Amino acid sequence: MTNLSVAATRRWKLAGRYGLASLLLVFFVFPIYWLFIISLKTPDEIFHFPPIWYPKSLQFANYAVLFKDGDAVSVLNSLILAGVSTVIAMIFGTMCAYSLVRFKTGGEDFAVWVISQRLMPPIAIIFPIFLLYVYLGWVDSYGGLIVLYTAFNLPYVIWMMRGYIEDIPLELEESALVDGCSRWAVLWKVVFPMARTGLFATAVFTFVFAWNEFIFALVLTRTEVVTYTVQVTHYFGGQSNFWAKIAAMSALGTVPVFITVSLLQRFLVRGISMGAVKG
Amino acid sequence: MSDVRISGLHKTFGTVHVLKGIDLEIPAGEFTVLVGPSGCGKSTLLRTIAGLEEVGQGDISISGVNVNSLRPRDRNIAMVFQNYALYPYLSVFENIAFGLRARKMEDHEVRLRVNSAADMLGITGLLDRFPKQLSGGQRQRVAIGRAIVRKPQLFLFDEPLSNLDAQLRDEMRGEIKKLHQDLGITMVYVTHDQIEAMTLADRIVLMREGRIEQMGSPLNVYEQPATRFVAGFLGSPKINFISGELVDAGDRQAMRLSDGEIIPLPKRTQAWGQSIVLGIRPQHLGRSTDSKVKAGEVKLSRPIEIVQPTGSRTYVTIKIGGTQCIAETESMETGRPGETIDLSFDLQHAIFFDPTSGAAII
Repeated sequence: MTNLSVAATRRWKLAGRYGLASLLLVFFVFPIYWLFIISLKTPDEIFHFPPIWYPKSLQFANYAVLFKDGDAVSVLNSLILAGVSTVIAMIFGTMCAYSLVRFKTGGEDFAVWVISQRLMPPIAIIFPIFLLYVYLGWVDSYGGLIVLYTAFNLPYVIWMMRGYIEDIPLELEESALVDGCSRWAVLWKVVFPMARTGLFATAVFTFVFAWNEFIFALVLTRTEVVTYTVQVTHYFGGQSNFWAKIAAMSALGTVPVFITVSLLQRFLVRGISMGAVKG
Repeated sequence: MSDVRISGLHKTFGTVHVLKGIDLEIPAGEFTVLVGPSGCGKSTLLRTIAGLEEVGQGDISISGVNVNSLRPRDRNIAMVFQNYALYPYLSVFENIAFGLRARKMEDHEVRLRVNSAADMLGITGLLDRFPKQLSGGQRQRVAIGRAIVRKPQLFLFDEPLSNLDAQLRDEMRGEIKKLHQDLGITMVYVTHDQIEAMTLADRIVLMREGRIEQMGSPLNVYEQPATRFVAGFLGSPKINFISGELVDAGDRQAMRLSDGEIIPLPKRTQAWGQSIVLGIRPQHLGRSTDSKVKAGEVKLSRPIEIVQPTGSRTYVTIKIGGTQCIAETESMETGRPGETIDLSFDLQHAIFFDPTSGAAII
C-alpha cells in the first residue's frame, strides 16, 4: 500500500516536471515557430484576425521573391564575412592565447586588458572607423568588414582559448618538445587536439557574434556586401512594413546558425561547461 | 651512449636561486640517480639537461657537444615524465610512434621500432587501445616505450614511479633496472625516494638546497656519509642521532650522553668544541646475547618503549641519551614494552658528526 502510494507520488512529480518543461519549451520555441510560419503565409493570412496558428497550405512565394530580387545574396555575404573572420580570429587568437599562457607575454594582467576591448560599445567608435574606412576605401568591401569583425572577435577568442590552453598539462607539450617537435608543431599536434572541444565552442560563439552583427554592417555597407541583418531593415518602410519578406529573410538568417549549433552541440555543451569552471 | 658534463651550473627563477653551482660528470652508460628532498633542485637540474629550462650560468655538454643553446629536440635525448604525458587522443601505437613521426621517419621503420619496443615491454596487446583504457603501470610502460623507440643517446626520468602504488613501483623499478642493463644507455633518474635511488643507481647524487651534498656509489654514500644530512636521508628506518658532550676519559676521548652513559670514541679528534652527535643505523644497533664485551663494542640496557615486528625483522624503540632510537633485531621474541633489552653496537659502525656544520668528523 505504502509502496503503491510512493510510486504514485513519484509519477505525479514526474508528470509535473514534464508539464513545466513543456510549458517553458512552448514559451521559448513559439516566437521561432511564429517567425517561420509567417514566412510561409500569404499577406492575407498574416494580417488575419483572429490569428491563423497554422495556414491551410504552406507557400514559398515569400522566399522565391527574395531569391528573384537577389536579396538572398545578403545571407551569402553574412556567411562569407562571419566564416572568414571566424577562421582568422580562431587561428590568430589561439596563437595569442598560447603565447599568453606559456610565455606570459605582456605579463599576468595582459589578458584582462585584451578582454576589456569587448566592454567598449561599438557605437562609440563607429564614426571614427567610418572616417578611416572612407579614407582607406574599405567601405562596402568584404575585406573591410572581415578586418573589423576579426578585430572585435580576437579578444573573445584569446580570452576563451587562454582558459582551455591553461588546462593542458605542460608535460604533454614538454614531452613533444623533447620528442622532436618545434613550438609550432607542438601547437598543431598537441595544443589543437587537446583544446579541440574549446576550439569548436569558441568558434561557434565567434561565428554567431559576427553573424548577428548589425551596427558596423549598417554603417559600413552600401550595396555590395549588405549582410542579412541590414537587409532585413530594408523592408521596414515609411508607409508600410513588408512582414512577409521580413519573416522570410529572418528565417533564412537563422538557418545557418541552427545547422552550426546542432552539428557542434556535443562540443558546445562540454566547451561551455569547461570554460565555466575555468573562468 | 654518451657522457654528460655539467660545470658551474647556476639557475634562478626570479629571485629564487635554485641551482647554486653544480659540477657533475656522468660517464657514458652509467645509471645516475639525482636524489634529495623536494625543492632541492634535482628536477630543475634534469629539466636543464633536457633543455626545458634555460641554463642561467655554466655549461652542459652531452657527448662533448655544448648543448646550452640547443633546443630539446636537437639534444637526442628522451624523457619519461611523472604523470606519463601520454596524448589522450592518440592510440598507444601512435603515442609510441609520436617522436618517430615528428622526425619524419619512414612508416615501415616506425612499425618495426614500435613493435619491437612494445614486445620488449610486454604491451603488444595494448597497441590499439587509448591511454584512458590503461592502468597506471601500463601507461608508464607506454611512456617508457615512447622513449626507447627513439634510440636516444641519453635517457632522462623525472620521478617516473611516484604515481604508482607500492607493489607496482617495485615491479617497474626492476624493469627499469633491466632496461638499463639491456640497452646500456646513459640514464639520469630523479627521485625523492631513497630506496629507488639505492636500488637503481650506479651512482647516487644527493642534492640539498641547490647544491650537490655528496655523490658516489650507493653503498659508499650509505656507509660513509659526508654529512649528517646524507646519513639521515639514506636508510630506512632512519639512522639514530644521539647528542652528547665530549669528555676526556683517561687515555682517550669519550662522549657523555645526557643520561650519563659514556661512549668511548674510536680515535682522538681535534678540538671540535664541547658537543658531538653520534649516528648509528638501526641495523647496527642490535640485541646483545653475549655477556662479554668485545673490543670496540658498546653495550647498553634500556627499557623497551615500542615493538614493531615486520616479519623478517623487528624494530624496537628505546631511549638513548634522551633521544628515541630504533634498534633492529632479528628475533621475534624481542620482549614487551616496559621490559629491559640488552643492546650493543660496534664502534666501527658509529659515525660522529659536528653538530654545527653537520660534517662527519670520525
